[in-house]
Amino acid sequence: MTVPLSYYLVLSGIVFLTGVVGVLLRRNIIIILLSVELMLNATNINFVAFSQYFHDVAGQVFVFFALTVAAAEVAVGLAIIIALYRAKSTINIDEFQLLKW
Amino acid sequence: MEQVFFFYFAFVIAAASVLVVAVRNPIYSAVALLIMFFHVAGLYVTLHAEFLAAVQIIVYAGAILVLYLFVVMLLNLRQDDHYHRQWPMAAAVGLTLIIEAIILTAMKGWTTPVVVTGTETTVEGTGNTEAIGDVLYSTYLFPFEVASLILLVAMIGAIILAKKDPLEVNGEG
Repeated sequence: MTVPLSYYLVLSGIVFLTGVVGVLLRRNIIIILLSVELMLNATNINFVAFSQYFHDVAGQVFVFFALTVAAAEVAVGLAIIIALYRAKSTINIDEFQLLKW
Repeated sequence: MEQVFFFYFAFVIAAASVLVVAVRNPIYSAVALLIMFFHVAGLYVTLHAEFLAAVQIIVYAGAILVLYLFVVMLLNLRQDDHYHRQWPMAAAVGLTLIIEAIILTAMKGWTTPVVVTGTETTVEGTGNTEAIGDVLYSTYLFPFEVASLILLVAMIGAIILAKKDPLEVNGEG
């Protein structure tokens, strides 16, 4: 009883969608970054599922690189959040509209 | 049996990711994300990607989430976080994507399990870690070096961004 590939695609679609809605819906920058992590994990699930499906290890190598980028993104993102908090003592996204026309 | 494990992991992953977005307190969000990471690691084990499962736990649950919790507790947030004003737009985008996914799934139908292609790079019999290492240090050597460069740049960037008053230091120096 093996699991069809479509199940993994549906699962990663659900998780990715949750991430998109989280980015659009929340006002806390930290939660927005967490939602980006959700989306990255959804793509990783896809990569690993396809890697198993095609018996090709390249998909897992790509997940490895996605993980590296996620770690870099978190480090820089959280540093930016700390800098923003130091400037305005809030991390509510509505307070940062300097670049808004 | 495999399907039972898949449905357990899939259900917990979906529920935890909804919780990450829905819960008000950022700490609870981070803990929900931790649960989700562990179950994604479990899913990787059922997909025979044991090395990635270990890396997922070490990097995501061990490093990234601790960093998040550290910042959440450092900033000492108040509990006045409401949903964004643009929630109708969020609902519209979400609904569009859901409908698109449903239509695409209904049109294509379900795939048949496992077709074996002729272009396999995995050698059966060797371990998962060995196979990844083989490919990573030969075919993907250049991306690997670029990844190390990205990490270096991110490290320097994070230190510079989080330093106190970078503009003032620049002006004096």
